[in-house]
Amino acid sequence: MSELSSLDNDQPLLVAEGLAKNYGRLAACRDVSFALYPGEVLAIVGESGSGKSTLLQLLSAQLAPSAGHVAYRMRDGVLRDLAELGEAERRFLFRTDWGFVHQDPAQGLRMGVSAGANVGERLMAVGWNHYGRIRDTASTWLERVEIDVGRIDDAPKTYSGGMRQRLQIARNLVTEPRLVFMDEPTGGLDVSVQARLLDLMRNLVSELGLAAIVVTHDLAVARLLSHRVMVMKGGRVIETGLTDQVLDDPREPYTQLLVSSILPP
Amino acid sequence: MTAMIELANAEKTFTMHLQGGVELPVVRGVSFHADPGECVVLSGPSGAGKSSILKMIFGNYRCDSGRIGIRHHGNIVDLATAEPRQVLSIRRSTIGYVSQFLRAVPRVATIDVVAEPLIVNGVAREEARERAGGLLRRLNIPERLWTLPPSTFSGGEQQRVNIARGFISDLPILLLDEPTASLDAANRAVVVELIAEKKTKGVAMVAIVHDDEIRHLIADRIVDVTSFAAAA
Repeated sequence: MSELSSLDNDQPLLVAEGLAKNYGRLAACRDVSFALYPGEVLAIVGESGSGKSTLLQLLSAQLAPSAGHVAYRMRDGVLRDLAELGEAERRFLFRTDWGFVHQDPAQGLRMGVSAGANVGERLMAVGWNHYGRIRDTASTWLERVEIDVGRIDDAPKTYSGGMRQRLQIARNLVTEPRLVFMDEPTGGLDVSVQARLLDLMRNLVSELGLAAIVVTHDLAVARLLSHRVMVMKGGRVIETGLTDQVLDDPREPYTQLLVSSILPP
Repeated sequence: MTAMIELANAEKTFTMHLQGGVELPVVRGVSFHADPGECVVLSGPSGAGKSSILKMIFGNYRCDSGRIGIRHHGNIVDLATAEPRQVLSIRRSTIGYVSQFLRAVPRVATIDVVAEPLIVNGVAREEARERAGGLLRRLNIPERLWTLPPSTFSGGEQQRVNIARGFISDLPILLLDEPTASLDAANRAVVVELIAEKKTKGVAMVAIVHDDEIRHLIADRIVDVTSFAAAA
């Protein structure tokens, strides 16, 4: 009974309403509305140019919408319009309460400084100042993402692609964010490396109860990671639902095309 | 009404847009119920829509019209119109599904694959693993395999892992899609026993079995799916 009541009372973490973005006459994203709940993983799928990356930037306040708005429930429980946040609140979101995993780890890491510093930096930004504790926490996180702690003093430029991506995830999760945005997180990786990373992300997301919004063109990634999926085409959300439902019983012509285009394993 | 599952005029049609919008009617007018402690077996030839009906009850296939009432935490929820997160909640704490094939998660040990449904419902890892081991032993999966991921196992072994994972939880509804299909006689007998134990615990089950002998052993009621045939 407690679960049902918590489900009923559960408040959305992020709410998008009528989001749109125009570049001149090009509508990159139109009329997107949805609510994301704590602990929920939403995949946004579609081909290049479908508007999914634009949508991710709108949702994560990196781009201002042409219309509509995004609201986020701050830790005090109040739902706030992202466009109306003050600078300190925005910084809090970017440094602590949100994570952003880029397709290219070089965009999310500082490639020239040590792995330990890459992880520790996020902690220092939120006021940690005890060197020993920062290093211990960084070591724990390297272990959690399966990086040999012996490599803590090496810079990520000496890491393989898969290790860099795992380090980027550690750097993002160390501040215990409630929401993580991921842009094609397995994009540039070998297939064998992808499977390991997906498995790792799946476990971390469920252990930490994270909410996540994952942009991917890979339906296998959506199936493994997400609870819900939104299919985008031409800047619009054309189909949405439970991930296994949309993938096993796709309704829209375009979704059927996407699903039927997967090569059998 | 005390039924755990109650379908009323449920209907399903596939529209194949890539084949010029061909409509493939699957079932229509699907109406039956399952009470606690009862095993309802769906019968009918291949292609009659038995698996589709199970998938509709699990929320894996959408229901075009009609109602799929599920008793969830004491309330009736219509799965045909439920929100995705409501369906997820129902799958976590009300409906289990034993499919014919294991959708293996790479790198996860067999014992953890089996224990997972308990862990997500808050059972301590040690206890969950202990119960998982007990079931794997009953289903004759040798202990030396427990720490390996099941992806390399034989078809019959994978199916038994899948059965262990499906039967480990205390969910009040179980959907069984040919749970004995590739098992030998000894393991089939174990599955029959497991189903009987679930009945005594008041679990409502809907099953598909092709083996007449097994059907006879587990069925409290048989629902003939051919009466729901939608194909012209």
